[in-house]
Amino acid sequence: MTTTTEAEPQPRPATGRGDRVFQGLATAAGITILAALAAVFVFLAIEGVPGIGKPASSYRPLESFWPYVGRLLFGTVLAALVALVIAAPFALGIALFISHYAPRALAVPVAYVVDLLAAVPSVVFGLWGARVLGPHLVPVHAWLDEHAGWLPFFAGPGSVTGKTVLTAGTVLAIMILPIITAICREVFVQAPRLDEEAALALGATRWEMVRLSVFPYARSGIVSAVMLGLGRALGETMAVAMVLSASPVYTLNLISSTNPATIASNIASSFQEATPDKLAVLIATGLVLFVFTFAVNFAARAVVARSEQRLRR
Amino acid sequence: MTTTLEEAPPRRPLTMTAPRLPGWAPVLVGVLAVCGSGLLALLAGWGAVAVFALAVLGFLVALPLWSLAVEGQRSATDRLMTSLVWTASGVAVVPLAWLVLTVVRHGLPEVNASFLTFDMRNVVGDQQGGIYHAIIGTLLVTLAAAAISVPIGLFCAIYLVEYGKGKRLARWVTFLVDVMTGIPSIVAGLFALALFVLLFGPEIRLGFGGSVALSLLMVPIVVRSTEEMLRLVPDDLREASYALGVPKWRTIVKVVLPTSLGGIITGVMLATARVIGETAPLLVVAGKTDSVNVNLFGERMTTLPVYIYYQFTQPGTVPFDAPPGTEAPGIARAWGAALVLIAIVMALNLVARLVGRIFAPGTNQKKG
Amino acid sequence: MARSIDVSDLDIYYGDFLAVQGVNLTVRARSVTAFIGPSGCGKSTMLRSLNRMHEVIPGARVEGKVMVDGQSLYDPSIDPVAVRRQIGMVFQRPNPFPTMSIYDNVLAGNRLNSRRMKKAEADDVVERSLRRANLWAEVKDRLGRPGMGLSGGQQQRLCIARAIAVEPQVLLMDEPCSALDPISTSAIEDLIHELKADYTIVIVTHNMQQAARVSDDTGFFNLKAAGQPGHLVEFNATRKMFSNPDNAATEAYISGRFG
Ligand SMILES: Nc1ncnc2c1ncn2[C@@H]1O[C@H](COP(=O)(O)OP(=O)(O)OP(=O)(O)O)[C@@H](O)[C@H]1O
Ligand SMILES: [Mg+2]
Repeated sequence: MTTTTEAEPQPRPATGRGDRVFQGLATAAGITILAALAAVFVFLAIEGVPGIGKPASSYRPLESFWPYVGRLLFGTVLAALVALVIAAPFALGIALFISHYAPRALAVPVAYVVDLLAAVPSVVFGLWGARVLGPHLVPVHAWLDEHAGWLPFFAGPGSVTGKTVLTAGTVLAIMILPIITAICREVFVQAPRLDEEAALALGATRWEMVRLSVFPYARSGIVSAVMLGLGRALGETMAVAMVLSASPVYTLNLISSTNPATIASNIASSFQEATPDKLAVLIATGLVLFVFTFAVNFAARAVVARSEQRLRR
Repeated sequence: MTTTLEEAPPRRPLTMTAPRLPGWAPVLVGVLAVCGSGLLALLAGWGAVAVFALAVLGFLVALPLWSLAVEGQRSATDRLMTSLVWTASGVAVVPLAWLVLTVVRHGLPEVNASFLTFDMRNVVGDQQGGIYHAIIGTLLVTLAAAAISVPIGLFCAIYLVEYGKGKRLARWVTFLVDVMTGIPSIVAGLFALALFVLLFGPEIRLGFGGSVALSLLMVPIVVRSTEEMLRLVPDDLREASYALGVPKWRTIVKVVLPTSLGGIITGVMLATARVIGETAPLLVVAGKTDSVNVNLFGERMTTLPVYIYYQFTQPGTVPFDAPPGTEAPGIARAWGAALVLIAIVMALNLVARLVGRIFAPGTNQKKG
Repeated sequence: MARSIDVSDLDIYYGDFLAVQGVNLTVRARSVTAFIGPSGCGKSTMLRSLNRMHEVIPGARVEGKVMVDGQSLYDPSIDPVAVRRQIGMVFQRPNPFPTMSIYDNVLAGNRLNSRRMKKAEADDVVERSLRRANLWAEVKDRLGRPGMGLSGGQQQRLCIARAIAVEPQVLLMDEPCSALDPISTSAIEDLIHELKADYTIVIVTHNMQQAARVSDDTGFFNLKAAGQPGHLVEFNATRKMFSNPDNAATEAYISGRFG
């Protein structure tokens, strides 16, 4: 990350046998990382690519691979976006609270609570989401159906079990909240004090100070935080698998009882009864997920790199 | 420096007083909002959550409006944003509290000595079953994962900090470690599966496969935290050692690593806590069994998270003579196992933080 | 229209730590007042308490009285945000907003106050402020460029332009030249001379010659002893302070610095 340019203390040339062995080990470990990532791609490809052209029965109720994975990808993105829409404002608010608004006695415990949230295993989130949160959200579904039904997202009819994309998205939102909050908090804290005082000395209110002196610095950090959160949400398996009752459809309707599955949740729930053919198909969808999340993460870093450059200029 | 100065424009009079809401205004609005929504709820017969939501909403609307009327638009915006930020943080506490309370409430009645020491072999219906086999599985798989990831992660961090400075390989490794942190866990599981299926045929399921998958998730976390800790070791320390004629590798082993040991241990424990709750990869590659299996390299192996998942998806039926409201035996077991799992994870987190705090004075003082 | 400031019995605390104790002084309208003294004696703290910037620091508070033209600065009815609009501040290190152009930097304060400003009006404010800050000639062809692209001295003058664009009554400057070369320093000193016609200026400086050159009145702050709060040793007309101070400690400090 930070490549320090300061001169490294020069040891005596590493000629000893111990030195050579040790350096070799360290370098090998570094290369292992490259190898591992390459292996992920290669092995998924070897086992997965045949999954693209299996007999139609493997894609039931659809006929071939691309429509099959298309619906799943759609569901994946939909659930992740719902999660993001819910989580991002909260994460920004909490991060601001911890960095600029809270009295110190409150900032530390709130930060701690959010960190603890990150430690809860996803399967527990899934259990809670399916057994507790879902049923509790049923009235919300009904309310949305009744009052916001003209929006395609809430077209309804509202599910009576709460096993919907909305519930899954809410659970996902809770799960990605910590990572977005943590990164945002970090960049907010780093906004230069001097700039903040400049704004305040001009007669800015606290919010104006935040807008003037904190957000401009934090913009790239926020973007990357949100993208990383998106990456997490895209790949999250258990919470969705346990909360959602899925069927292969394209629908924007978040609250009805017909919901698209996500790639990950589909793998988890179809895995048990999978024939070898189906297994190959599932691995192929996993490959698609891998490539997709890779692209999202890559884009996040590109955005950060570019805006960092712009700030420096 | 003579610039023609225009005549300065006429000045406004000194106005430092702006109309301000009194300090107790937020309190007043808060109380009114709660009362108002409570009253409405009484009339309409809503639940407590609706009252609370309505009160918050009322506060968020009323205070800025009042401020707008008295203080003007800028203050109103400021007050709105302040209220929103506070609300967001308050709401954030809700899910954690709710979740932990639920797990404890449903889980506690389940957890007892038999639950911890029985497995699920031949358990039918609501007979006493347990999580013994899952605990064994979790420990073995996670330990094996740690055994793989810690050396790789440690050496990789050493490479990045001590040997790789400025090299192209190091830049690539740094970047790819970042990418690796973003790998979905199920993809890691599929990778391990694909690997072992290629080697041993499509029916293969084994605990060690789970360990491989978990290492893929664990290595980047270990690398990151170790790297950070190693960078905190001041260069003078290394120089002092070199000046005594100590070779570089011994300097690393005897000086650098001990100095940052506390931080490294913390990092490893946090990474372990993170992967111990992973479900998806193990579901895929380690499979599921009802009995104790202590052999990582043969047969299926159940871990706690997978156990929870299967108890959840195949809960069995509620006995016909049970009082109404009883949960299916599987669901009850899932809650019990969830409580145990959360306890393990939280304990790991707590100990990690303690270790970090105990060792902190030695390592964290140098360089921000 | 510039304002005078009366400070009486002012104590300033950071939490439990008493940083400055028992200050009494009067800053005259349309004059330059300099604060001098060794590092850590509370000059910045004192300065910040004059436009309530100390409130930004958690735990900081004041006891005592500051009257600006007869109004009590710490009165509950006073809005700190309004105060800072009237009493502007320039900091030790130039701090233009890094993401804004020169033009936008100058207007930052005005934009906060009135959302809609006609283009012509805005141009007018920018030109007038930059002219007063002696920066117009140097930047008039690149107003759209980032403020960070200027030299340190130019940045500092940009910050001054930004501060006077909102037409404050008082200008507080905390070591405005400490990060600057002699040429930029002299440009800013000239500027202070010119601004004096319209503004009340308070400046903190470590540079004795600068205090002697630009100020009308000088306050010397010192620590009684290490760990003790800072206090105002002497407050007098600059000419008297530098030729014939009342207090022996003042003389020692000033002459020590002159070597
Ligand atoms: N934010 C703060 N929190 C706690 N104490 C502070 C803070 N800022 C300053 N102090 C303390 O108040 C005292 C006065 O500090 P101040 O910055 O006003 O000194 P100064 O005279 O401006 O020094 P310098 O010439 O170095 O700028 C010092 O003892 C300092 O440690
Ligand atoms: Mg100072």
